[in-house]
Amino acid sequence: MESDSKSKIYSVNEITTHIKNLIEDDKILQNILVLGEISNFRYYNEKHMYFSLKDEDSIIECTMFYNSNLNLDFKPKEGMKVIVGGYIEVYKKKGIYQIIIEKMQLAGKGELYLRFLQLKEKLEKQGLFKEEFKKPIPRFPKAIGVITSLEGAAVRDIIQTIKKRYSHVRLIIYPSFVQGDEAKYTLVKGIETLNQLYIDVIIIARGGGSFEDLWSFNEESVARAIFNSKIPIVTGIGHETDFTIADFVADKRAHTPSAAAELVVPSEQEILNLLNEKKDSLKQISYNKIEILKREIKGIKGRLTALNPSAILERGYSITMKENQIISSTKNINAKDMISTIVRDGKIESEVKNKNENKNF
Amino acid sequence: MKTKTFESALEEIEKILRELEEGNLPLKESVAKFNEGYELLKFCNKELKEAEMSIQKIADKNGKLSFEEF
Repeated sequence: MESDSKSKIYSVNEITTHIKNLIEDDKILQNILVLGEISNFRYYNEKHMYFSLKDEDSIIECTMFYNSNLNLDFKPKEGMKVIVGGYIEVYKKKGIYQIIIEKMQLAGKGELYLRFLQLKEKLEKQGLFKEEFKKPIPRFPKAIGVITSLEGAAVRDIIQTIKKRYSHVRLIIYPSFVQGDEAKYTLVKGIETLNQLYIDVIIIARGGGSFEDLWSFNEESVARAIFNSKIPIVTGIGHETDFTIADFVADKRAHTPSAAAELVVPSEQEILNLLNEKKDSLKQISYNKIEILKREIKGIKGRLTALNPSAILERGYSITMKENQIISSTKNINAKDMISTIVRDGKIESEVKNKNENKNF
Repeated sequence: MKTKTFESALEEIEKILRELEEGNLPLKESVAKFNEGYELLKFCNKELKEAEMSIQKIADKNGKLSFEEF
């Protein structure tokens, strides 16, 4: 806007547009998480949601459009504490600013969820989830480390799965807490300890539970230990729908403990099939090679036969020689010379009567 | 050859197959490669049969590790 703004008279639209640009160009306001309580909730025709978000001191208008609220896993209600994610927009027609909500979570899950999102964003920015840092999982591990609780079903599931698929490995279990305040320490210790042993891959596992139950796997220290591990790590934490920070950092994430076990060991049947396949191709290639050589030998034999002088005799021609030299000209031949003619089935000795040097006989 | 593992043996087999497939090897060498491949396959099968599953758990007493059968 011009510097003489005091003397200038703006239209309502001009000043509103200016405010809108100011707000919508702001980086912070375009990607925010806000914690507050739902108030004045309106949900017309079950499409777009309109409400206010408030705390003790302030209130802000919110809109959550149909395509965003479609996948909500709870029904927003008056008085609910929620965390919303989205951006600030200025609605010129009403002269208001509001949050356009893209995602919303119950804060009943606690501020934990906010912490989860913040840590996730932080580690993501630091590159801990990057594909380039993911280590490959060995195809045929000999020793597998397992970090989990000895109490839960997870450890049994893993052992059973591995036994069934490929029973040629050494399992080394590091017993760890997988819930509660102690858990993060034992998880980190487990990763560090197994890193000192000759182990090909590590599974970190825990059975299903609530968001709070799985919290230890959202601790920064655990995430960093996973990232720093020299040995590839596969996570199998909770159920299919559960995602923890550990899953994002891990070299590979499986839905469940059993799935993690399956991912880590090959199936014995598959290996046997693979070996048989290799054997067959080895045989086939060698067979082909011999066939090709045989054919080549046959071809060469044919060519040799064609070049062999005796083939000429077979076709009815003969060779005439004098003193073991083939006679191919009249030059060195004189009357009375003894010559021999070789034909298909023998030799004819003759004496030369005369010679005719004229080609046109 | 370096210390043989199941994995390295399988890789070696694949390499031999590729070399044989290209078909540039003299017959004598082909036969040698074929035999080598066959031996490696035998090794893989043996490895598979011999390794038996073992399960241990680590007891960590203030950083002193010991292994117990599980």
